[in-house]
Amino acid sequence: MRSPPIPEMATQEVQLNETLAHLKTESETLKSKLEEERAKLHDVELHQVAEKVEGLGQFVMKTRRTLKGHGNKVLCMDWCKDKRRIVSSSQDGKVIVWDAFTTNKEHAVTMPCTWVMACAYAPSGCAVACGGLDNKCSVYPLSLDKNENLAAKKKSVAMHTNYLSACSFTNSDMQILTSSGDGTCALWDVESGQLLQSFHGHAADVLCLDLAPSETGNTFVSGGCDKKANVWDMRSGQCIQSFETHESDINSVRYYPSGDAFASGSDDATCRLYDLRADREVAIYSKESIIFGVSSVDFSLSGRLLFGGYNDYTINVWDVLKGTRVSILFGHENRVSTLRVSPDGTAFCTGSWDHTLRIWA
Amino acid sequence: MSGSSNLVTMKKVVQQLRFEASINRVKVSQAAADLQQFCIQNALQDPLLTGVSSSTNPFRPQKVCSFL
Repeated sequence: MRSPPIPEMATQEVQLNETLAHLKTESETLKSKLEEERAKLHDVELHQVAEKVEGLGQFVMKTRRTLKGHGNKVLCMDWCKDKRRIVSSSQDGKVIVWDAFTTNKEHAVTMPCTWVMACAYAPSGCAVACGGLDNKCSVYPLSLDKNENLAAKKKSVAMHTNYLSACSFTNSDMQILTSSGDGTCALWDVESGQLLQSFHGHAADVLCLDLAPSETGNTFVSGGCDKKANVWDMRSGQCIQSFETHESDINSVRYYPSGDAFASGSDDATCRLYDLRADREVAIYSKESIIFGVSSVDFSLSGRLLFGGYNDYTINVWDVLKGTRVSILFGHENRVSTLRVSPDGTAFCTGSWDHTLRIWA
Repeated sequence: MSGSSNLVTMKKVVQQLRFEASINRVKVSQAAADLQQFCIQNALQDPLLTGVSSSTNPFRPQKVCSFL
Protein backbone atom coordinates (compact mmCIF):
# COMPACT_ATOMS: atom_id res chain seq x y z
CA MET A 1 0.00 0.00 0.00
CA ARG A 2 1.40 3.32 -1.06
CA SER A 3 1.81 5.70 1.83
CA PRO A 4 0.50 9.20 1.09
CA PRO A 5 3.14 11.70 -0.10
CA ILE A 6 4.32 14.12 2.54
CA PRO A 7 2.60 17.26 1.22
CA GLU A 8 -0.79 15.40 1.30
CA MET A 9 -0.23 14.44 4.92
CA ALA A 10 0.61 18.03 5.79
CA THR A 11 -2.67 19.20 4.22
CA GLN A 12 -4.61 16.58 6.18
CA GLU A 13 -2.89 17.72 9.37
CA VAL A 14 -3.81 21.35 8.70
CA GLN A 15 -7.43 20.43 7.97
CA LEU A 16 -7.60 18.41 11.19
CA ASN A 17 -6.28 21.30 13.25
CA GLU A 18 -8.69 23.73 11.60
CA THR A 19 -11.66 21.48 12.34
CA LEU A 20 -10.45 21.02 15.92
CA ALA A 21 -10.12 24.78 16.37
CA HIS A 22 -13.62 25.21 14.87
CA LEU A 23 -15.07 22.72 17.32
CA LYS A 24 -13.26 24.34 20.26
CA THR A 25 -14.77 27.70 19.36
CA GLU A 26 -18.21 26.17 18.97
CA SER A 27 -17.93 24.47 22.37
CA GLU A 28 -16.93 27.76 24.03
CA THR A 29 -19.87 29.51 22.34
CA LEU A 30 -22.28 26.79 23.43
CA LYS A 31 -21.00 26.92 27.02
CA SER A 32 -21.58 30.70 27.18
CA LYS A 33 -24.99 30.28 25.58
CA LEU A 34 -25.90 27.67 28.23
CA GLU A 35 -24.84 30.01 31.03
CA GLU A 36 -26.77 32.87 29.43
CA GLU A 37 -29.95 30.80 29.06
CA ARG A 38 -29.72 29.56 32.64
CA ALA A 39 -29.08 33.10 33.94
CA LYS A 40 -32.07 34.58 32.05
CA LEU A 41 -34.44 32.42 34.07
CA HIS A 42 -32.78 33.23 37.38
CA ASP A 43 -35.38 35.80 38.38
CA VAL A 44 -35.53 35.03 42.09
CA GLU A 45 -33.96 32.94 44.86
CA LEU A 46 -35.76 29.96 46.42
CA HIS A 47 -35.57 31.42 49.93
CA GLN A 48 -37.18 34.64 48.67
CA VAL A 49 -40.12 32.70 47.25
CA ALA A 50 -40.33 30.91 50.60
CA GLU A 51 -40.40 34.07 52.73
CA LYS A 52 -44.13 33.79 53.30
CA VAL A 53 -43.95 30.15 54.39
CA GLU A 54 -44.26 29.54 58.11
CA GLY A 55 -40.94 28.92 59.82
CA LEU A 56 -40.18 25.60 61.46
CA GLY A 57 -40.23 25.26 65.23
CA GLN A 58 -37.78 23.49 67.48
CA PHE A 59 -36.97 19.94 66.59
CA VAL A 60 -36.45 17.23 69.15
CA MET A 61 -34.66 14.41 67.44
CA LYS A 62 -32.67 11.91 69.41
CA THR A 63 -30.92 8.62 68.97
CA ARG A 64 -33.61 6.01 69.54
CA ARG A 65 -31.59 2.90 68.75
CA THR A 66 -27.87 2.16 68.48
CA LEU A 67 -26.85 -0.81 66.35
CA LYS A 68 -23.57 -2.26 67.55
CA GLY A 69 -21.79 -5.17 65.95
CA HIS A 70 -19.52 -3.97 63.18
CA GLY A 71 -15.83 -4.34 63.95
CA ASN A 72 -14.77 -1.34 61.91
CA LYS A 73 -16.01 1.80 60.10
CA VAL A 74 -19.57 1.59 58.80
CA LEU A 75 -19.47 2.77 55.19
CA CYS A 76 -22.97 2.31 53.82
CA MET A 77 -26.51 1.37 54.78
CA ASP A 78 -29.92 0.93 53.20
CA TRP A 79 -33.47 0.41 54.46
CA CYS A 80 -35.69 -2.48 53.50
CA LYS A 81 -39.13 -1.54 52.14
CA ASP A 82 -40.66 -3.12 55.27
CA LYS A 83 -39.45 0.03 57.13
CA ARG A 84 -37.76 -1.95 59.87
CA ARG A 85 -34.89 -3.92 58.40
CA ILE A 86 -31.55 -2.40 57.52
CA VAL A 87 -28.48 -3.66 55.68
CA SER A 88 -25.10 -2.13 56.51
CA SER A 89 -21.56 -2.70 55.26
CA SER A 90 -18.20 -2.00 56.79
CA GLN A 91 -14.48 -1.55 56.21
CA ASP A 92 -13.80 -4.96 57.78
CA GLY A 93 -15.68 -6.71 54.97
CA LYS A 94 -18.81 -7.53 56.95
CA VAL A 95 -22.35 -6.98 55.68
CA ILE A 96 -25.04 -7.19 58.37
CA VAL A 97 -28.83 -7.23 58.14
CA TRP A 98 -30.52 -5.80 61.26
CA ASP A 99 -34.03 -5.52 62.62
CA ALA A 100 -33.95 -1.84 63.58
CA PHE A 101 -36.91 -2.15 65.99
CA THR A 102 -35.24 -4.79 68.17
CA THR A 103 -31.58 -4.08 67.17
CA ASN A 104 -31.13 -7.81 66.56
CA LYS A 105 -28.80 -9.00 63.82
CA GLU A 106 -30.64 -11.25 61.41
CA HIS A 107 -27.93 -12.11 58.89
CA ALA A 108 -24.22 -11.55 58.52
CA VAL A 109 -21.94 -12.15 55.54
CA THR A 110 -18.20 -11.75 55.29
CA MET A 111 -17.12 -10.42 51.92
CA PRO A 112 -13.82 -11.53 50.38
CA CYS A 113 -12.65 -7.91 50.35
CA THR A 114 -12.32 -5.05 52.80
CA TRP A 115 -13.95 -1.62 52.36
CA VAL A 116 -17.43 -2.69 51.36
CA MET A 117 -18.43 0.81 50.27
CA ALA A 118 -21.80 0.01 48.84
CA CYS A 119 -24.81 -2.01 49.90
CA ALA A 120 -28.48 -2.03 48.96
CA TYR A 121 -31.65 -3.87 49.88
CA ALA A 122 -33.69 -5.48 47.11
CA PRO A 123 -37.25 -4.14 46.73
CA SER A 124 -38.68 -7.56 47.60
CA GLY A 125 -36.69 -7.65 50.84
CA CYS A 126 -35.37 -11.05 49.81
CA ALA A 127 -31.83 -10.12 48.84
CA VAL A 128 -29.07 -7.60 49.40
CA ALA A 129 -26.38 -6.33 47.04
CA CYS A 130 -22.92 -5.14 48.06
CA GLY A 131 -19.41 -4.45 46.83
CA GLY A 132 -16.36 -2.28 47.21
CA LEU A 133 -12.65 -2.86 46.68
CA ASP A 134 -13.39 -6.11 44.88
CA ASN A 135 -14.64 -3.93 41.95
CA LYS A 136 -17.79 -6.03 41.84
CA CYS A 137 -21.40 -5.87 42.94
CA SER A 138 -22.67 -9.20 44.29
CA VAL A 139 -26.19 -10.19 45.23
CA TYR A 140 -26.91 -12.43 48.26
CA PRO A 141 -30.40 -13.95 48.53
CA LEU A 142 -31.48 -13.77 52.17
CA SER A 143 -32.40 -17.10 53.62
CA LEU A 144 -35.12 -17.66 56.19
CA ASP A 145 -32.83 -20.25 57.74
CA LYS A 146 -30.49 -18.25 59.95
CA ASN A 147 -27.95 -21.05 59.98
CA GLU A 148 -27.57 -21.19 56.22
CA ASN A 149 -24.32 -19.87 54.83
CA LEU A 150 -25.33 -16.85 52.76
CA ALA A 151 -21.98 -16.72 51.00
CA ALA A 152 -22.74 -20.02 49.27
CA LYS A 153 -25.59 -18.52 47.24
CA LYS A 154 -23.67 -15.38 46.25
CA LYS A 155 -24.17 -14.13 42.71
CA SER A 156 -21.63 -11.86 41.03
CA VAL A 157 -23.48 -9.30 38.96
CA ALA A 158 -21.42 -6.22 38.13
CA MET A 159 -17.78 -5.96 37.11
CA HIS A 160 -16.00 -2.62 37.06
CA THR A 161 -12.33 -1.83 36.57
CA ASN A 162 -12.08 0.05 39.84
CA TYR A 163 -13.86 0.13 43.22
CA LEU A 164 -17.64 0.00 43.51
CA SER A 165 -18.79 3.22 45.18
CA ALA A 166 -22.58 2.80 45.15
CA CYS A 167 -25.28 0.40 44.03
CA SER A 168 -29.06 0.43 43.89
CA PHE A 169 -31.74 -1.97 42.67
CA THR A 170 -34.12 -0.37 40.20
CA ASN A 171 -37.86 -0.91 40.63
CA SER A 172 -37.44 -4.67 40.86
CA ASP A 173 -34.96 -7.29 42.03
CA MET A 174 -34.00 -7.87 38.38
CA GLN A 175 -31.76 -4.89 37.68
CA ILE A 176 -28.97 -3.10 39.54
CA LEU A 177 -27.43 0.28 38.89
CA THR A 178 -23.80 0.77 39.95
CA SER A 179 -21.26 3.57 40.12
CA SER A 180 -17.52 3.13 40.26
CA GLY A 181 -14.10 4.61 40.80
CA ASP A 182 -13.52 3.78 37.14
CA GLY A 183 -15.57 6.90 36.24
CA THR A 184 -18.63 5.10 34.90
CA CYS A 185 -22.08 4.02 36.00
CA ALA A 186 -23.69 0.86 34.68
CA LEU A 187 -27.02 -0.94 34.59
CA TRP A 188 -26.94 -4.76 34.97
CA ASP A 189 -29.34 -7.67 34.65
CA VAL A 190 -29.11 -9.56 37.94
CA GLU A 191 -30.01 -13.00 36.62
CA SER A 192 -27.51 -13.12 33.75
CA GLY A 193 -24.95 -10.58 34.97
CA GLN A 194 -25.24 -8.93 31.58
CA LEU A 195 -24.36 -5.25 31.13
CA LEU A 196 -27.52 -3.54 29.87
CA GLN A 197 -26.28 0.04 29.59
CA SER A 198 -23.19 1.99 30.54
CA PHE A 199 -22.99 5.68 31.35
CA HIS A 200 -19.88 7.62 30.37
CA GLY A 201 -19.32 11.30 31.01
CA HIS A 202 -17.72 11.78 34.40
CA ALA A 203 -14.07 12.77 34.20
CA ALA A 204 -13.11 11.06 37.46
CA ASP A 205 -14.41 8.57 40.09
CA VAL A 206 -18.18 8.46 40.43
CA LEU A 207 -18.99 8.39 44.16
CA CYS A 208 -22.77 8.24 44.40
CA LEU A 209 -26.03 7.76 42.58
CA ASP A 210 -29.77 7.97 43.17
CA LEU A 211 -32.70 6.76 41.07
CA ALA A 212 -35.55 9.15 40.28
CA PRO A 213 -38.81 8.38 42.13
CA SER A 214 -40.62 5.84 39.95
CA GLU A 215 -43.39 8.24 38.94
CA THR A 216 -40.95 10.57 37.20
CA GLY A 217 -39.50 8.12 34.75
CA ASN A 218 -36.30 6.38 33.91
CA THR A 219 -33.58 8.71 35.03
CA PHE A 220 -30.94 8.77 37.73
CA VAL A 221 -28.42 11.28 39.06
CA SER A 222 -24.75 10.62 39.82
CA GLY A 223 -22.07 12.68 41.55
CA GLY A 224 -18.30 12.44 41.28
CA CYS A 225 -14.79 13.59 42.04
CA ASP A 226 -14.99 15.82 38.98
CA LYS A 227 -17.37 18.04 41.06
CA LYS A 228 -20.16 17.31 38.59
CA ALA A 229 -23.64 15.98 39.14
CA ASN A 230 -25.02 14.32 36.00
CA VAL A 231 -28.59 13.32 35.24
CA TRP A 232 -28.87 10.30 32.91
CA ASP A 233 -31.50 8.68 30.71
CA MET A 234 -31.39 5.01 31.74
CA ARG A 235 -32.56 3.67 28.40
CA SER A 236 -30.31 5.61 26.03
CA GLY A 237 -27.29 6.03 28.29
CA GLN A 238 -27.24 9.74 27.47
CA CYS A 239 -26.38 12.45 29.97
CA ILE A 240 -29.35 14.81 29.79
CA GLN A 241 -28.30 17.48 32.28
CA SER A 242 -25.06 18.34 34.04
CA PHE A 243 -24.37 20.62 37.00
CA GLU A 244 -20.97 21.87 38.06
CA THR A 245 -21.15 24.35 40.94
CA HIS A 246 -19.59 22.41 43.81
CA GLU A 247 -15.97 23.17 44.65
CA SER A 248 -14.96 19.65 45.54
CA ASP A 249 -15.96 15.96 45.32
CA ILE A 250 -19.68 15.24 45.46
CA ASN A 251 -20.13 12.42 47.99
CA SER A 252 -23.89 12.06 47.94
CA VAL A 253 -26.86 12.87 45.70
CA ARG A 254 -30.54 12.40 46.52
CA TYR A 255 -33.72 13.23 44.59
CA TYR A 256 -36.29 15.58 46.08
CA PRO A 257 -39.46 13.48 46.67
CA SER A 258 -41.34 15.08 43.74
CA GLY A 259 -38.52 14.13 41.37
CA ASP A 260 -38.19 17.73 40.11
CA ALA A 261 -34.97 18.46 41.97
CA PHE A 262 -32.08 16.78 43.74
CA ALA A 263 -29.72 17.62 46.62
CA SER A 264 -26.00 16.99 46.79
CA GLY A 265 -23.44 16.87 49.60
CA SER A 266 -19.78 17.64 49.00
CA ASP A 267 -16.30 17.81 50.50
CA ASP A 268 -16.64 21.60 50.05
CA ALA A 269 -18.79 21.51 53.26
CA THR A 270 -21.98 22.53 51.46
CA CYS A 271 -25.20 20.84 50.43
CA ARG A 272 -26.87 22.23 47.32
CA LEU A 273 -30.27 21.92 45.69
CA TYR A 274 -30.55 21.72 41.90
CA ASP A 275 -33.90 22.14 40.18
CA LEU A 276 -34.18 20.01 37.03
CA ARG A 277 -36.82 22.11 35.28
CA ALA A 278 -34.99 25.41 35.89
CA ASP A 279 -31.78 23.56 35.02
CA ARG A 280 -29.73 25.27 37.75
CA GLU A 281 -28.65 25.33 41.36
CA VAL A 282 -31.41 27.00 43.41
CA ALA A 283 -30.08 26.82 46.97
CA ILE A 284 -26.86 26.37 48.96
CA TYR A 285 -26.99 25.02 52.52
CA SER A 286 -23.87 26.23 54.29
CA LYS A 287 -22.55 28.12 57.29
CA GLU A 288 -19.16 29.69 57.92
CA SER A 289 -18.84 27.52 61.00
CA ILE A 290 -19.31 24.33 58.99
CA ILE A 291 -15.95 23.47 57.46
CA PHE A 292 -16.00 19.69 57.23
CA GLY A 293 -17.26 17.75 54.23
CA VAL A 294 -20.73 16.30 53.85
CA SER A 295 -20.72 12.55 53.31
CA SER A 296 -24.43 11.87 52.81
CA VAL A 297 -27.78 13.63 52.40
CA ASP A 298 -31.45 12.67 52.40
CA PHE A 299 -34.83 14.42 52.47
CA SER A 300 -37.72 13.98 54.87
CA LEU A 301 -40.92 12.70 53.22
CA SER A 302 -42.33 16.11 52.25
CA GLY A 303 -38.96 17.43 51.10
CA ARG A 304 -39.07 20.25 53.63
CA LEU A 305 -36.12 18.94 55.68
CA LEU A 306 -32.69 17.98 54.36
CA PHE A 307 -30.53 15.86 56.64
CA GLY A 308 -26.77 15.97 56.11
CA GLY A 309 -24.19 13.68 57.69
CA TYR A 310 -20.83 15.42 58.13
CA ASN A 311 -17.18 14.50 58.64
CA ASP A 312 -17.16 16.51 61.89
CA TYR A 313 -19.33 13.74 63.43
CA THR A 314 -22.56 15.80 63.36
CA ILE A 315 -25.83 15.78 61.49
CA ASN A 316 -27.15 19.14 60.32
CA VAL A 317 -30.85 19.49 59.57
CA TRP A 318 -31.74 22.16 56.99
CA ASP A 319 -34.99 23.91 56.08
CA VAL A 320 -34.92 23.21 52.34
CA LEU A 321 -37.13 26.19 51.41
CA LYS A 322 -35.67 28.87 53.65
CA GLY A 323 -32.05 27.72 53.42
CA THR A 324 -31.49 27.88 57.17
CA ARG A 325 -30.25 25.23 59.58
CA VAL A 326 -32.98 24.10 61.98
CA SER A 327 -31.06 21.64 64.10
CA ILE A 328 -27.66 20.09 64.76
CA LEU A 329 -27.50 16.56 66.14
CA PHE A 330 -24.65 15.05 68.14
CA GLY A 331 -23.99 11.47 69.09
CA HIS A 332 -21.56 9.78 66.78
CA GLU A 333 -17.95 9.59 67.88
CA ASN A 334 -16.47 9.73 64.41
CA ARG A 335 -17.42 10.73 60.86
CA VAL A 336 -20.97 10.13 59.74
CA SER A 337 -20.47 8.19 56.53
CA THR A 338 -23.99 7.28 55.45
CA LEU A 339 -27.53 8.54 56.10
CA ARG A 340 -30.97 7.39 54.88
CA VAL A 341 -34.50 8.31 55.87
CA SER A 342 -36.77 5.29 56.40
CA PRO A 343 -39.28 4.43 53.63
CA ASP A 344 -42.24 5.73 55.66
CA GLY A 345 -40.34 8.78 56.91
CA THR A 346 -40.71 7.98 60.61
CA ALA A 347 -36.97 7.93 61.30
CA PHE A 348 -33.57 8.18 59.69
CA CYS A 349 -30.52 5.99 60.14
CA THR A 350 -26.88 7.04 60.16
CA GLY A 351 -23.75 4.92 59.91
CA SER A 352 -20.39 6.10 61.20
CA TRP A 353 -16.67 5.46 61.32
CA ASP A 354 -17.29 4.91 65.06
CA HIS A 355 -18.48 1.37 64.04
CA THR A 356 -22.11 1.99 64.96
CA LEU A 357 -25.39 2.83 63.30
CA ARG A 358 -27.95 5.05 64.97
CA ILE A 359 -31.68 5.42 64.39
CA TRP A 360 -32.96 8.96 64.97
CA ALA A 361 -36.56 10.10 65.41
CA MET B 1 -3.04 9.51 15.29
CA SER B 2 -3.79 11.44 18.45
CA GLY B 3 -5.17 14.31 16.33
CA SER B 4 -8.11 12.29 15.07
CA SER B 5 -9.03 10.90 18.50
CA ASN B 6 -9.01 14.48 19.84
CA LEU B 7 -11.39 15.29 17.01
CA VAL B 8 -13.74 12.46 17.96
CA THR B 9 -13.74 13.60 21.59
CA MET B 10 -14.35 17.24 20.66
CA LYS B 11 -17.22 16.24 18.35
CA LYS B 12 -18.83 14.37 21.25
CA VAL B 13 -18.36 17.36 23.58
CA VAL B 14 -19.96 19.73 21.07
CA GLN B 15 -22.82 17.29 20.41
CA GLN B 16 -23.50 17.00 24.14
CA LEU B 17 -23.39 20.80 24.59
CA ARG B 18 -25.78 21.32 21.66
CA PHE B 19 -28.18 18.86 23.29
CA GLU B 20 -27.94 20.50 26.72
CA ALA B 21 -28.37 24.00 25.24
CA SER B 22 -31.58 22.96 23.51
CA ILE B 23 -33.58 21.73 26.52
CA ASN B 24 -36.62 23.67 27.72
CA ARG B 25 -36.22 25.49 31.00
CA VAL B 26 -38.63 27.21 33.36
CA LYS B 27 -38.04 30.31 35.44
CA VAL B 28 -36.68 29.80 38.94
CA SER B 29 -39.74 31.61 40.35
CA GLN B 30 -41.98 28.96 38.79
CA ALA B 31 -39.74 26.02 39.79
CA ALA B 32 -39.37 27.36 43.35
CA ALA B 33 -43.14 27.84 43.69
CA ASP B 34 -43.67 24.22 42.66
CA LEU B 35 -41.09 22.91 45.15
CA GLN B 36 -42.75 24.94 47.89
CA GLN B 37 -46.21 23.73 46.89
CA PHE B 38 -45.06 20.11 47.12
CA CYS B 39 -43.65 20.68 50.63
CA ILE B 40 -46.82 22.30 51.87
CA GLN B 41 -49.12 19.70 50.34
CA ASN B 42 -47.19 16.85 51.95
CA ALA B 43 -46.24 18.48 55.25
CA LEU B 44 -48.88 16.73 57.33
CA GLN B 45 -47.78 13.31 56.07
CA ASP B 46 -44.15 13.94 57.06
CA PRO B 47 -43.57 12.32 60.48
CA LEU B 48 -40.11 13.82 61.02
CA LEU B 49 -41.49 17.27 60.24
CA THR B 50 -44.65 17.16 62.32
CA GLY B 51 -43.10 15.19 65.16
CA VAL B 52 -45.48 12.24 65.21
CA SER B 53 -46.37 11.21 68.72
CA SER B 54 -44.81 8.22 70.43
CA SER B 55 -47.92 6.13 70.07
CA THR B 56 -47.64 6.05 66.28
CA ASN B 57 -43.88 6.19 65.72
CA PRO B 58 -42.43 2.71 66.20
CA PHE B 59 -39.02 4.11 67.04
CA ARG B 60 -39.98 6.74 69.55
CA PRO B 61 -41.19 4.82 72.56
CA GLN B 62 -38.25 3.55 74.53
CA LYS B 63 -38.76 -0.03 75.62
CA VAL B 64 -39.62 -0.08 79.23
CA CYS B 65 -39.56 -3.32 81.18
CA SER B 66 -40.75 -3.25 84.69
CA PHE B 67 -40.43 -6.21 86.99
CA LEU B 68 -42.99 -6.20 89.68
